[in-house]
Amino acid sequence: MRPPTPSQTVGPFYGYALPFTEGGELVPPGHPGAITLHGVVYDGAGQPIPDALLEFWQADPDGGLDGAPGSMRRDPVTGTFAGRSGVDFTGFGRVATDAAGHWTLRTVVPGPAAPGAVPYISVCVFARGLLHHLYTRVYLEDGAGDPLLDSLDADRRATLVARPEPHATYRFDIHLQGSEETVFLEFG
Amino acid sequence: MSTNPPTPEPQALIDAETARIQAEADKALADGGQEELHPRRDYPPYRSSILRHPKRPLVAAREAFTELRGPVFGVTDVTELDSDLTRQHHGEPLGERIVVTGRVLDRDGRPVRGQLVEVWQANASGRYAHKRDQHPAPLDPNFTGTGRCLTDDEGRYTFTSIKPGPYPWRNHLNAWRPAHIHFSLFGTAFTQRLVTQMYFPGDPLFPYDPIFNSITDERARQRLIAGYDHDLSSPEWSLGYRWDIVLDGPSATWMEEGR
Ligand SMILES: [Fe+3]
Repeated sequence: MRPPTPSQTVGPFYGYALPFTEGGELVPPGHPGAITLHGVVYDGAGQPIPDALLEFWQADPDGGLDGAPGSMRRDPVTGTFAGRSGVDFTGFGRVATDAAGHWTLRTVVPGPAAPGAVPYISVCVFARGLLHHLYTRVYLEDGAGDPLLDSLDADRRATLVARPEPHATYRFDIHLQGSEETVFLEFG
Repeated sequence: MSTNPPTPEPQALIDAETARIQAEADKALADGGQEELHPRRDYPPYRSSILRHPKRPLVAAREAFTELRGPVFGVTDVTELDSDLTRQHHGEPLGERIVVTGRVLDRDGRPVRGQLVEVWQANASGRYAHKRDQHPAPLDPNFTGTGRCLTDDEGRYTFTSIKPGPYPWRNHLNAWRPAHIHFSLFGTAFTQRLVTQMYFPGDPLFPYDPIFNSITDERARQRLIAGYDHDLSSPEWSLGYRWDIVLDGPSATWMEEGR
């Protein structure tokens, strides 16, 4: 096994390089079944983090994980981001937090990736000050039988389950540290 | 919202903390501890890390189906010119023209094919084309400093650019980052995701930089330093640097999991 290349922080200046047009719009406005997922990223002092970057990866509504290309379509004439095609579901989203530490994703509810599996949206968190990204998961409902959820006590479990709000909206805050610290995952 | 105290701390204080953590890490390794392959998330000399790392242990999880796959990028996601950072404006950028190339591999040494590589960097004067960068060094109207490409069938990426300058930051008094290029990489599994920084050989700022030294294993730190490759340099045109990248994450693929 080759040793991996170490991680380094995304730093404060990724903002003109990584975010792209419609990065948080996995489906177009008015798409049937569209949901809004949003929240705030907090530090250990309870302050919102205005320079975090979140990436999302999920199955399509049928549980498919083939992820079409085209998340960050480029306009070959102007060289700028052209937005998504509005047809293909890529399963990938990338959103920077705003000055208030808030982010918004418009997507659809993922389907089960295997028969009986509890669906979730996989999240990767980057930030200035965070030297190695963190993984977590957003569960849109607290599904019994999920091995990860079932391994956690109630308080910790709750950090992975989005809170439903009116109008097909879900709230999911991320706490990098502190009493409400989000469950972050280590794989392998 | 800064975590820095009002009076900037001297470099000597950061150096002393760095040396103490390094000595502890060296001892742990000598005592038979595991090589630390990645930076510590809790690395106090990098002041911004103090409130931005989880204090609870990470929860061990088996990659389920979702994490064993990842987003896909294709020909619509990049344009031909995206990998040449010197040709994105009407004029030529100032600075030392460089070519940076290498292969992206998984931990078994297999090429990571057709995956997205993104880069961003400061210009030759050490200034980012980002509104929040207030370093009083000149912006270059002919250099933005962002690029992307897809790896080829051998996992190879290539960028043409300008050697970035070192730049000051406010971690402590007289803090300067060694010259670096930020890299973002995707593998075939979402858990292979990597964001890192490539450094240049022989940089005199290495000992003073808490971000570089947050990787406490010397061998691991060396993995972030590109090699100068004279055969890659072009006469009267550019200097060549070679840097291979190994993505962490599962060696088992989704297919091999028996689905
Ligand atoms: Fe930088």
